[in-house]
Amino acid sequence: MTILNAHLLDAEVLTPEADLDVEVPCAFSSDLISDILMCTKEPTLLLTGLTNNQVIRLSDMIDIVGIVFVRGKRPLDEVIEMARERSLPLFCSNLTMYRSSGLLFNAGLRSCKI
Amino acid sequence: MPGCEAAKSEMAEFWHIHEGFEEAVKKHFAEPPEADVSLDSLIPEKDFNSAGKGSADVKNLLKRLGVNPEILRRVAVAAYEAEINVAAHSSGGAMLSHVYPDLIHMIFQDNGPGIGNIEQAMVPGYSTADDMVREMGFGAGLGLPNIKKNTDALHISSAAGDTTTLEFLIFFRQDG
Repeated sequence: MTILNAHLLDAEVLTPEADLDVEVPCAFSSDLISDILMCTKEPTLLLTGLTNNQVIRLSDMIDIVGIVFVRGKRPLDEVIEMARERSLPLFCSNLTMYRSSGLLFNAGLRSCKI
Repeated sequence: MPGCEAAKSEMAEFWHIHEGFEEAVKKHFAEPPEADVSLDSLIPEKDFNSAGKGSADVKNLLKRLGVNPEILRRVAVAAYEAEINVAAHSSGGAMLSHVYPDLIHMIFQDNGPGIGNIEQAMVPGYSTADDMVREMGFGAGLGLPNIKKNTDALHISSAAGDTTTLEFLIFFRQDG
């Protein structure tokens, strides 16, 4: 699936200029940075409730292809700007992390390998 | 062990060397060659705006040097966890990276207050992070275990009320 499928989550695109045709092989959901670092070993869509700048910084270290902020969390403009600089697609969804993950999983998006 | 600085009496040492790397690690510390490239940067206390930049710079340098992506990931994860540790738990410090043809040696030195029990700090899930650090998504208690997992050799030297030095080696020529 491509990152455009984040629309399954009624998600708002926070970075409209980013490439939304990026292929997404798998996803991971977590609010803990060390977990995200430990589990991301391939291009991964991240679902998280963390909205601080370190979540964007993670994409400098590991292969995050896009981020869905769940539970209606919305990052500050300066954080969105950091993502723009990196051409990293950001989405904002009002759904819970559980529901978001379930919808994407049902649509064929597998869990990342840990 | 080779490479340890003259230890203060109460200084505790932790070493972990992945199986098969004992000779190479010993050789590196016994006869440290001149680094091809060195990078250093400061890590200010609780500065989560800039924390992680130093690790990203190191990753980008290695990428330009053609280091393979799996090694790049391991260096970036270990470096970032160590950088965040200094920012989150100490009164600030610095990171220093020495790049050799076959490995990277990274050293994180802080200004205290030190780790009282290193063995305990290595236990997955154990954390002393404060609320502010936890709210940012840190404090899972996986920082040091994550560093250990992604490096070929890890050395920590610390004591309560003293400084902490954490250094690690990651070799480039191996299967991930």
